Formats: sequence, C-alpha cells, structure tokens
Amino acid sequence: MYTFSSKLKTVAFALMIIGFLGVAYGFFTAPSSVEDVQLIMKDSHEAHGEVAETHVNETHDVTETSHEVDSHEADSHSGDEHAEHILHLLQNKPWSALYVALFFFFMISLGTLAFYAIQHAAQAGWSVVLFRVMEAITSYLPVGAILLFVFFVLSSLHLNHLFTWMDPEVVAHDELIANKSGYLNVPFFLIRAAIYMVGWIWYQRHSRKLTLAQDNATDLSNYTKLFKRSAAFLVFFLVTESMMSWDWIMSLDPHWFSTLFGWYVFASMIVSAITTIALVSIYLKGKGYLEFVNDSHLHDLAKFMFGFSVFWTYLWFSQFMLIWYADIPEEVTYFVTRFNDYRLPFLGMLVLNFVFPLLVLMNSDYKRVNWFIVATGIVILIGHYVDIFVMIMPATVGDQWFFGISEISSALLILGIFIYVVFTALSKAPLLAKGNPFIKESEHFHY
Amino acid sequence: MSNKVVQAMYNDDDILLDAVKETRSSNHHIEEVYTPFPVHGLEKAMGLKDTRIAITAFMYGCVGFMFSIWMMNYMMIEQWPQDIGGKPSFSFIQNMPAFVPIMFEMSVFFAAHLMVITFYMRSKLWPFKEAENPDPRTTDDMFVMEVLVDNNEAELVSFLEKTGTVEIKVTEK
Repeated sequence: MYTFSSKLKTVAFALMIIGFLGVAYGFFTAPSSVEDVQLIMKDSHEAHGEVAETHVNETHDVTETSHEVDSHEADSHSGDEHAEHILHLLQNKPWSALYVALFFFFMISLGTLAFYAIQHAAQAGWSVVLFRVMEAITSYLPVGAILLFVFFVLSSLHLNHLFTWMDPEVVAHDELIANKSGYLNVPFFLIRAAIYMVGWIWYQRHSRKLTLAQDNATDLSNYTKLFKRSAAFLVFFLVTESMMSWDWIMSLDPHWFSTLFGWYVFASMIVSAITTIALVSIYLKGKGYLEFVNDSHLHDLAKFMFGFSVFWTYLWFSQFMLIWYADIPEEVTYFVTRFNDYRLPFLGMLVLNFVFPLLVLMNSDYKRVNWFIVATGIVILIGHYVDIFVMIMPATVGDQWFFGISEISSALLILGIFIYVVFTALSKAPLLAKGNPFIKESEHFHY
Repeated sequence: MSNKVVQAMYNDDDILLDAVKETRSSNHHIEEVYTPFPVHGLEKAMGLKDTRIAITAFMYGCVGFMFSIWMMNYMMIEQWPQDIGGKPSFSFIQNMPAFVPIMFEMSVFFAAHLMVITFYMRSKLWPFKEAENPDPRTTDDMFVMEVLVDNNEAELVSFLEKTGTVEIKVTEK
C-alpha cells in the first residue's frame, strides 16, 4: 500500500494556494472598462512609440474576417471600438488561462482512461503492473469534469466571452454561425458535454470497481465483464472524443473547421497521458514502491512516448499542409493568426513535441534510463501544454496573449488539485492488481 | 594457430542454449552457431556485441534526408520552377511544407535499402554465394555449435559429449 507522504501533500496544497492567489490576481487586474484599456494602450504607445502602433494595425488585418471588419471600423472610428475589442480580449485572458489548464489536466486523465481501456480490450499482458497507476490518474476525471462543466455553465451565463457563438448578439449578425446554430446552441452544448462526461465517468468508476473486485475474486467473471465494458467504452470514447474536440476547442473559432481535429486533439491527449503514467511510475519507483515494475515496462512506455510524439507531428503536419496548400481564406486564417501573433509558441512546440523526443528517445538504450525519460517527459508535457495554449488562445485573446501570472498560476492551481487527487487515489488500493490473470506475465515481462 | 574446429550437433534449441552457456563458462572459444531459425537469447549467451546497424540506419536516414533536400531544391526551385497552386516557386523555404512528405519518404527509402545492403555485406552474403553452413541439416532441424580447437582436441570432444550433443565432428576449416 502506498501512503500519501505529507511532503507531497504540502507541495500539492502549496501549488493550489499559490495558483489560486495568482488566478484571483489575474481576474482582479483584468481591465473592467474601455477607459482602463485606453489608458493601457496609451501607456504602451508612449513606451513603444511607432512600433506598437504599426504592430497593432498589422496584426489586426490578418485575424478572422469578423475581427478584420472590427479593426477597420476601429481605425475609422478613431479607436473607441478598437479599445472595446481589446477590452473583451483582455477580459477573456484570465478565463482562457484557466480553461487551458482545466482542459490540459482533464485531457491527461481522459487519455489515460482510453489507454487503460485499450489495455483491457486488447487483453495486454505487459501493462498489468501499471494498472493501479493508470487508475489513479483517471481518478482525476470526475473532478476535472465537474470543474470543466462549471466552467461551461459560467460561459453560457455570459460571465466570459470565450465561445462567441453563445452570444445571441454575435449570432444575429453572423450568417455562418446562424447556420450552425442548430448544433451550436447553449442547451445542446451543455447536454452534449453532460453526456460525454457521464459516459466517461461511468466507465472510470465501473472499471475501478471491477478491478478491485477482481483482486479477491476466485473466478474471472469480473475480468471478462471488464473486457467487454472496455471494448464498448472505446467505441463510445472514439465518437465522443472527436465531438468533444469540436465542441470544446474548435467551436472557439466558429467559422473555421478541420476534419481531423478530433484525431489531432487525441494525439496530444494520448502522448501526454502516457508521459504522465511514466512520470508517476518513475516517481513511485524512486520512493521504493512498484518494485515489480522493471526496465522493460518503462522501455515500453518510452516507446509509446516516442511513437505518439511522431504520430502527433504527423497529424499536426497533415492538418497544416492541406490548409497551407489549398490556401482558402476562411481556412487559412487559423494558421495566419498563429504564424503572426503566436510564432514562438506555435513553432517552438514543434521543437518540444517532435524534434526533442525524436532525437532523445530514438536510441533504444536511452529509453531505459530513468532520468532521460523524466527529462523528455517534462519537455513533452510542457510542449503539449503549449499546444493546447495555441489551440485556445488565438480565438479568445488574439494578439493580447502573454505567458504571465494568470497563465502560470492557472497551471499550478490545477496541477495541485491533480496531484492531490491522483496520489490520494493511489493510497486507497494496493499498487498491484493481483487478481488479473496476466499478472505473472506482466511481472516477468522482459524485452 | 590451427584452424581445427569441433562441430557439435544438437536437435533442440533449449539444449543448444544450455550447451552454449556451459561451453563459454569453461572458457572454450565458440566460433559460430548455425541454427535453422533465430533462437531467442542466443546472442546474449554467445556474448556477441550489440548490433550497430541501428546507428548506420540513422546515418543513412540523414543521408536520405539531405539528398531529398538537394533533389527537391534542384528539381523544383533551380532547374524547372513551376507555379503550382500559386505558391512562389523561387524560394525553397516557402515551398518547404510541400516537400516534407518527400523528405520523409526519402529518409525511409535510404535507411531501409542501405541498411539491407549493409546487412548483406556485413554477413558476407551476395548472389551466387556458396553456403557456409557445415551441414545442410542446419537448414532443417539441427543446430550446430562450432568450437575452436586450441591443442586440446581430446579434452574438448569429451567435454562437448557431456553437453547433450547428438553428433560430433572434428574438421579443418
């Protein structure tokens, strides 16, 4: 049995408190009126002079079509509407930062749940010793789901303007969104989110109950039941994951669409999930637990990290190249915004998510060296955090993004909750799923 | 140095594996082992060094990658620039995304083909090559361990007879 060390508990609470203070600071310092924004703009104009002015004009020409109209009007109306536009972006900033963090950690536990279900459906032998680690990571799923759902309810109450299609004023003046309002409307959006979440949480709780029951069972009835449920869950997951990515991320840019977006989000999800499984396992091994996890298990996880990093890049590039080649204005705006306003995070994440894991984890021997896995794992997690950041921020805060207190403390806050929930769940059950029929194979797994 | 070897034959891969371990632990030099199929763990038991073909594969991949960059630049930018989809055709970097699939394929092509050729050369396999295996039965159901004789023929033969062999032959190589 694992006991949640008081040291780690303190770290988790410290992260939560620091994060909470930072998030609160972000909300309090967000400008509340157009006058505030004009003051900020005046300050920055005086500080940066000509450069800032040309920068603002230049970047606004290339954002979405609706923004373009805004900025042209803003130019002719000498700044008032422009300032209002900036005000909305700045007011969105702390909300978006929180949303990135909420989604990222929720995505890790959802990806782990999918990976876990694959292990059961495939009746994999090697990974049985890691089941309790995976179950612990998925135990964040209900918590994350509730936090996200509350966030969506707050969005639908117009406390923030992340989802522009939720604003009836916008829909009335936008034919494209109006055409999609049969799907993109607040009640249906919340119902869909609830359906996805209930389905995922149901499988999470059910699978946990069945493996715990299997530990002391004399027959395999729990195991076979879990096998069938896992296969059914994977079918449900594949559809709902795709729809979730349209609803929760792609609809932030309601004019833009990409047909492989669900897979792209899934790639990010699964690689972050496997990296987290590896990191938690190595941490526990370092503390003297999980003595049955050997080099070969970590080697396999590192292979998955390597493979899915390449897979992510493949999907990222497939999406990018088709849009770049076709060069259709309504599609290409998505990447133009990212290239103009987000060049460093957008291109930097390719280094973090592709080049670095590719070069470091290519050698077979390095996949067995713990600190190599930890170092690459941290880089991969940061890279995919940036990936989610670049998926969400351009639509909600435009060129007003900054990696500051709001962004960092949102990540810390949710990380604190995540650590607390995951390690509490770890301490609730034995670390070896000893009832699984493949447990011997897994303990002797050798590559 | 003599080129005399003892060839001990086995009819089971587990017995062979044990024999290889025993022979090595009593400090006899194993020249070669011939098997009809890959025996799991044999290379470790024989104490063979890890293969370096992965390193060559990486280098060949890099060669293919470089070659594809040169090739696409020569074909599409220098020699015969074409206007495809309105993309500016006089700049490599601005057309680069379209060349990425080719770079990828060329890296794989070079790595795979050159690696196979390297493997054949390293294993001294080429067309019309005479078979090197000492007994045609090693392509059927027999395993042969070849041990070098170092002025200890009688001792070696009596040692190998105790390792579960079914047949022993002493030959000049």
